[in-house]
Amino acid sequence: MARRIIAVLLENEAGALSRIIGLFAQRNYNIESLTVAPTEDATLSRLTLTTAGDDSTIEQITKQLNKLIEVVKVVDLTDGDHLERELMLVKVRAEGLRRAETKRTADIFRGQIVDVTSDAYTVQLTGPSEKLDAFLRAIGQPAVIEVARSGVAGIGRGDKVLSLK
Amino acid sequence: MAEMLSGADMLIRALQDEGVDYLFGYPGGAALHIYDAIFRQQKVEHILVRHEQAATHMADGYARATGRPGVVLVTSGPGATNAITGIATAYMDSTPIVVISGQVPRNVIGTDAFQETDMVGISRPVVKHSFLVQDAQEIPEVVRKAFYIASSGRPGPVVIDVPKDTTDPNEEFPYEYPRDVSLRSYNPTTRGHGGQIRKAVNLLLRAKRPVLYTGGGIVQGNAAECLTALARLLDFPVTNTLMGLGGFPGTDRRFLGMLGMHGTFEANMAMHHADVIFAAGARFDDRVTNDPAKFCPDARIIHLDVDPASISKIVPADVPIVGPADSVLVDVLRRVEKELDRHPDAVDRAALAAWWDRIGAWRAKHGLDHDQRHRGGAPLLPQQVVQAVYRATDGDAYVTSDVGQHQMFAAQYYHFDAPRRWINSGGLGTMGFGLPAAMGVQFAHPQATVVCITGEGSFMMNMQELSTCMQYALPIKIVNLNNQALGMVKQWQDMQYGGRHSHSTYRDALPDFVHLAESFGHVGMRVRSLAELEEAIPEMFSARYADRLVFLDAWIDPDEHVYPMAIKGGAMNDMVLERDGAAAPAK
Repeated sequence: MARRIIAVLLENEAGALSRIIGLFAQRNYNIESLTVAPTEDATLSRLTLTTAGDDSTIEQITKQLNKLIEVVKVVDLTDGDHLERELMLVKVRAEGLRRAETKRTADIFRGQIVDVTSDAYTVQLTGPSEKLDAFLRAIGQPAVIEVARSGVAGIGRGDKVLSLK
Repeated sequence: MAEMLSGADMLIRALQDEGVDYLFGYPGGAALHIYDAIFRQQKVEHILVRHEQAATHMADGYARATGRPGVVLVTSGPGATNAITGIATAYMDSTPIVVISGQVPRNVIGTDAFQETDMVGISRPVVKHSFLVQDAQEIPEVVRKAFYIASSGRPGPVVIDVPKDTTDPNEEFPYEYPRDVSLRSYNPTTRGHGGQIRKAVNLLLRAKRPVLYTGGGIVQGNAAECLTALARLLDFPVTNTLMGLGGFPGTDRRFLGMLGMHGTFEANMAMHHADVIFAAGARFDDRVTNDPAKFCPDARIIHLDVDPASISKIVPADVPIVGPADSVLVDVLRRVEKELDRHPDAVDRAALAAWWDRIGAWRAKHGLDHDQRHRGGAPLLPQQVVQAVYRATDGDAYVTSDVGQHQMFAAQYYHFDAPRRWINSGGLGTMGFGLPAAMGVQFAHPQATVVCITGEGSFMMNMQELSTCMQYALPIKIVNLNNQALGMVKQWQDMQYGGRHSHSTYRDALPDFVHLAESFGHVGMRVRSLAELEEAIPEMFSARYADRLVFLDAWIDPDEHVYPMAIKGGAMNDMVLERDGAAAPAK
């Protein structure tokens, strides 16, 4: 059950996203994370989803996605070299001794403190999902107040391009 | 200057421009502007059904019989939800239908308005595509796209949900029907890959124990003629799926019959022992393969399908070919012809002759010969009824069926020589399909003999359409295999649940079907023996009743089972051949 990152270009139309979500529910495929937003071409949206499955399941997922009328292109980014990034905003307890320690940990992970109160920091962190997980482990569960993660956005390395052209 | 039309008029005009002749529907509040537009024109004939599910099956039957999309019009809410079963039926069997549903006005969508339901949402898992009209002016383009999507590539149902205010008769817009349609995100494959076709032909020519296993894709893809030419040229055996019957002539000696759960002994044995299987327009349904892990252990598999997602979904293909059945089979045929021209010995004739000998031995063993098992004096058998219908119609009728034992008997004992003659709900298995589907076929082919072979359980799921048949004087011949039970459920309960008939019988609660048919102005007949059957069948198909609906209530042996039957979880050669019989031998 390998983790896969699938990027999809789809028509930026009402209902297109619900077809993709519906497909995953209907065929019992799992979705770990999903991000979607319009692209530089306003008629297109780009969706990145992370899923897990054996090779035949992933093959079916990409084929079934391609069958949806509003899907323009599908690529499995994990087939080749790629970049993946996720954004996390995390509210962390930062009182007393913990205040300096939290700042140091955020620095080590190249996070930024984007909001401050007398007893908490809000840290913004970007990177591969494992880095975000590692930060949360480093901070420790009791200190974490709230987590907002964006889900993974991905792109192929080098000349590989997912676009209309 | 383009003509100015309201949304409702544009919708109906667009159907005219698509060449639609029949519209199967049922009116209601959200669709009333559209109904008024229908009233003010002559080209599209509206057929008033008695239940929206039946409308979708009629459109489906029409589409299966003609290859042209069937069209449905229903209102919002319950009209839309009633249509869902028929849409799902068409989806599972890949038939092109276009379903237009009224919707509440745009400004009240989402407010739980009267007769509001999210039709696009509720139909989403069972449509090829759907549209919610956002603006009256997009109606012509949406209709054009809907018909294109429904009928191209792997066909399927398309829903157009039309908010009432977009059909307002007081707002007019310039009407122009788009000549072409192009969708950057939808480009069905039109030709097979040359390299894959070459590989497939090489494999076919080297085969020692080949089987052509073909399905509904051959029928839908208008490839029956080409398949027949290929099989005859190579002298290869052919088996059809339930959906593929008629894709190869049922009376050709190369035909092994249907395969799968209730397939013939010879078809399933040949599949299991084959070294090369050419699956064309078939999708390795679980009712065919039995346990896919045990499926045809020695076979190399060529899989042709217009839908890439069907290939290697259940059983991995050695040579996948994506493309429409007709063009790919033409390419395959030409290439085989060329190879045989150059190397007349390219096919191993000796191996093929030995293969045909083995098939002959399997045929002799079972061959659907129920007479061997029921000598004399037995009650009327369902198989005898189907055989009598076959003889009386010269094997040339359009036959629709419902779902259950009668469906299997019809598939086994009526031999279809042409495609689009056998019309049944294979994928979804929808009881209640038979009668409305027959009506759709009869509208498409007014002069043809249309027979609905049904069972009393299925028939009662849509029998209200007898009224529609009266209204439009449809001369359908209904053959009701009446075993006073849900026969297939009962058979499974006999075989797997120790004979405990949990809720599968209703012996004392059946209507008098003869009087029922007569109350709708039709002709009713009843038979209980072979002698009565042999009198009634020629009569029901005689000129006397050429323009009447005849309902034949045939009381058959309620204990008859369908055989062969696959043994659950086994390979294709694991079958039970007769009642209380042991598993068939594996050789």
